[in-house]
Order: sequence, then C-alpha cells, then structure tokens
Amino acid sequence: MSLVFSQLINGLQSGSIYALIAIGYSMVYGIILLLNFAHGDIIMVGAYVAWLVVVNLSLPPALAIALAIIACTLLGVVIEKVAYSPLRKAPRLSLLITAIGISFLLENLAQLKFGAGAKNVPALITGPALDIGGQHIGFTAVLTIIVSVVAMIGLTFLIRKTKMGKAMRAVSEDMGTAQLMGINVNSTISFTFAVGSALAGIGSVLYSCAYPQAAPTMGSMLGLKAFVAAVLGGIGSIPGAMIGGFAIGIAEAIVSAIGLSVWKDGVVFAILIIVLIFKPTGIMGKKINEKV
Amino acid sequence: MLKVNDINVFYGSIHAIKGVSFEVNKGEIVTLIGANGAGKSTILNTVSGLLKSKTGSITFIDKTISNIVPHKIVAAGLAQVPEGRRVFLGMTVEENLEMGAFTRKANEISEDMDSVYVRFPRLKERRKQIAGTLSGGEQQMLAMGRALMSKPELLMLDEPSMGLAPILVEQIFDIIKELNAAGTTILLVEQNAQMALSIADRGYVLETGKIVTSAKASDLLNNDAVKKAYLGG
Ligand SMILES: Nc1ncnc2c1ncn2[C@@H]1O[C@H](COP(=O)(O)OP(=O)(O)O)[C@@H](O)[C@H]1O
Ligand SMILES: [Mg+2]
Repeated sequence: MSLVFSQLINGLQSGSIYALIAIGYSMVYGIILLLNFAHGDIIMVGAYVAWLVVVNLSLPPALAIALAIIACTLLGVVIEKVAYSPLRKAPRLSLLITAIGISFLLENLAQLKFGAGAKNVPALITGPALDIGGQHIGFTAVLTIIVSVVAMIGLTFLIRKTKMGKAMRAVSEDMGTAQLMGINVNSTISFTFAVGSALAGIGSVLYSCAYPQAAPTMGSMLGLKAFVAAVLGGIGSIPGAMIGGFAIGIAEAIVSAIGLSVWKDGVVFAILIIVLIFKPTGIMGKKINEKV
Repeated sequence: MLKVNDINVFYGSIHAIKGVSFEVNKGEIVTLIGANGAGKSTILNTVSGLLKSKTGSITFIDKTISNIVPHKIVAAGLAQVPEGRRVFLGMTVEENLEMGAFTRKANEISEDMDSVYVRFPRLKERRKQIAGTLSGGEQQMLAMGRALMSKPELLMLDEPSMGLAPILVEQIFDIIKELNAAGTTILLVEQNAQMALSIADRGYVLETGKIVTSAKASDLLNNDAVKKAYLGG
C-alpha cells in the first residue's frame, strides 16, 4: 500500500512537470502550428542558470529560482523573434527543421560552455517531509504538485478571462481574421512564447528539485516526454496537455511500481505510438483543421 | 475617405489585381461587383493590410495606409467583415464582440455592445453561446456586430449575402442601409449585383482583376452590358 502511494506521488510529481512543459508545446502548436522541439532545451538552460547563480555566483537559491524562470521566458521569446518569426509565411516544415536546429544549437552551446558532464545543482527548495495519514511525502513532491496546479489554474484564468488570453485564442483559431480585429499578431505570438517558456522555467526549477543536475542534453528526453504528453492530450489543447502530463507521469510510476522500471521510457513511447495509431487527435484534441 | 490608387497585387506569380483605382466618399455606399474570382476579396484584404500591393497607394482619411500593419488600419477606423463571416467558432458571441473591440479600451465598449444587441436581438439571446453553434444568418450578424465594435468610419463587407436565404439577405441589406444612415460609410463587395446596386450610391464592376465600368448604381442597374453579365439579362 505504502509503495503504491509513494509511487502515485512520484507519478504526480513528474506528471506535473511534464504537464507544465507539455502546455508550452500545445500553446505554440495551437498558435503557429509548430512542434517546437527546442522547448525541452529551455529547461536545460533554466537548470544551468540556477547552477550558475547558486554555485558560481554564490547567490541565494530564491534568486536562482527567479533568474532561471526569467531566463527561460526571455529565451523563449528571443528564439521566436529571431528564428521563427521570419518564417511566418514559410512552409511549416521549414519551421520544424529550424526548431530542431535551435535545439541542437542550445545543446551544443551548453556543452561548449559547460562541458559534457553534468553539474550538480544544490537544492533550491528544501523543507520538512510531510506526514499524511502515516505516509511520508517529500516536501518538494508536494510543492511541485501544488505549484503546478496553481500555475495551471492561473493559466486557465489568463486564457479564458483576460484580453490577451482571448487574443491568443483568436489568433490560434484564425490568424487572418484576428488581424482584422486589430489584434497585433506578432505581439500575441511573443506573449504565447513568453507564457509557455515561463511555465517551462517553473518546470525547470521543479525538475531540479527532483533531479538536481544540469546537463547539456537533459532537456531532450524531458522535452520528448512532455511532447508525448501534449500529443496524448491532443496537441493544441491546453487542458489536454495538463491531463496528458499527469497521465504520462502516472503511467511511468505504474510501470516502476510493478518492477519494470527499465521500461519507464519505453512505456512513454508505446503510448505515443498507440495514440498516433488509434486516436491521433488525442484525448481533448479537435479534428485537425487545416489553416489557411 | 478611401482612395485606392493603381494597386497591383500578386499571389506568387499570379497577377490577381491589375492596376485598380477607386474611391469611396464619406457617407456613401459604394459597391464593388464582379464574378467569383474577379479579385474582390483580394482588394478588400489589400485595403485591410493583409496583402500588400506592389505599386500605387491607399489613403484613408488623408493618411497613407498601404504601408502599415493591419491592426493599425483597424485602429484608424477601417473595419472589414470578411467573406464567409469567419467568426471565431470556438468563442462565445460576447467574446467575438469583444475581439471586434480589441483596439479600444475595455471600459469604453459596453455601450457599443448594448447597441449591437439592440440592432441584433438574436445575438443578445445567444451571448453566452459558442459561435460555432449559430446558424449562418446569425453568424453573419455576429460578424457585422463584431466589426461595428471597433466603431469604424468605413465598414467593408465581403459578400454578406453569401449562402443566406433571400429573406435573411433582405434583412442584412436593410441593416447595411441603416448603418449607412447612421453615419457609417460602406464599401460593399457582392456577387449579388442586383441587391448591392439597389442600395448603393455608386458601383464599380470588376473583371479578372481590372475595373471595367464605374457609374452611379442606378445607371449600372440599367446598363445593358452589366445587365447581361450580372443581372441575369
Ligand atoms: N491565396 C491565394 N493564392 C493564390 N491565388 C489566389 C489566392 N486567393 C485568391 N487567389 C486568386 O486570385 C484571384 C482573385 O480571387 P478573389 O480575390 O478571392 O476573388 P473574388 O473575391 O472576387 O471571388 C482568383 O483568380 C483566385 O484564384
Ligand atoms: Mg471573394
């Protein structure tokens, strides 16, 4: 029983991180039909920023958290401005290849600057284990789940109720008509990248609580799993990304709980294949409507 | 109010608009008629800034708009109701109207939303409904209401009668007349030449990207060539 419980908590913890990252994939896909494969690498940059601030500059962890999130946000916006916005009218494939190129670029730059080996990121957040019904749960696990859920509620409010959120929905649905409404499409897309990347930044900090290391390629597997989560939920759907993220985290935990932890990554890709074969639109996805 | 001077618009190598010039004066209803594929939508989208002309210029209320971005053109007072309505299907009626008022401050729009609801009572009944569940006629009303929310000086409508039952078409055209009477200048693009000319002051006839005739609407209604080509004999 207690094993099941602790695996469930593990699943929810990594699931919330996948969800935070998956949201960024889905938001960007929703607005410019791009599978932004550089998104996972933003997490890596966040982890290095945290490491630099705490270890190299010996500044307090709170500052590291803030700077990591800010760095991820800015990086996402800059990547969009520099690499993607010039391709607004180019075929989607050019955009996809550019994203893969940016991913390699970030990984290689990190390797060049910091070496191929992993750096240890000291604990950014610490706290006492919680005792719930006789079960011990790590502080960071609880924090991760709570922070993620709060971030998702905040995001839902942003998208449903604010002017900018509505503009994001309008641009996602029909970019040309959104322009006819007087919506500035470029700034709406920038804002979308900022929000998605900020969530990735939060994900980066929470991830480093569970796996306190920074390494050049850490973002690729994490990003790939979040991508699977986004596809499972229905790419383009934000609630779908949330559900997909938790589902992937729990699936991994179940596989570990039944003693097949070597299959932890395998099960994620099995899910991807099954979704793509049987329900390519995912759990919450709408019919794929070609945009003009 | 709107002066389009010698525009040439291309889609890749396709030369869609070939040296078109026309103007719309304050208070008028001007119609641009032509067959499917003549280039009517291309012209409206060029005026709105979604497409760029290779040559010439477009001025609106003494301001050159041919080189500015679409959202600034809307803010300058020029709104378009696009062909096929293009309401945001996943958003509610009210959210669609809010999008129409995007260039304005949130606290200034509630009065205008009320007046849209007065003009289109059906929209009021359905304000919390997702636009995708509306009928074609209701979507056309929403598209028009949405454009009005920007408080345009000039409203451009691209085939508002498309796919609507005759009774609804009459209703839509009555509303266009009312809007004009209330002070909005109208540029109306139609394949339904009869209806368009019957409410317009002046008309331009467009054929394969060129303006071939322009005259008072009443004259065009009696013009033999126009009758033959667009008015069913
Ligand atoms: N996106 C596009 N790409 C290529 N050609 C187009 C595109 N849109 C319209 N055209 C062509 O431009 C011409 C004018 O089209 P359009 O302005 O839509 O005409 P209308 O609105 O009068 O029916 C047509 O020959 C049409 O095939
Ligand atoms: Mg057309």
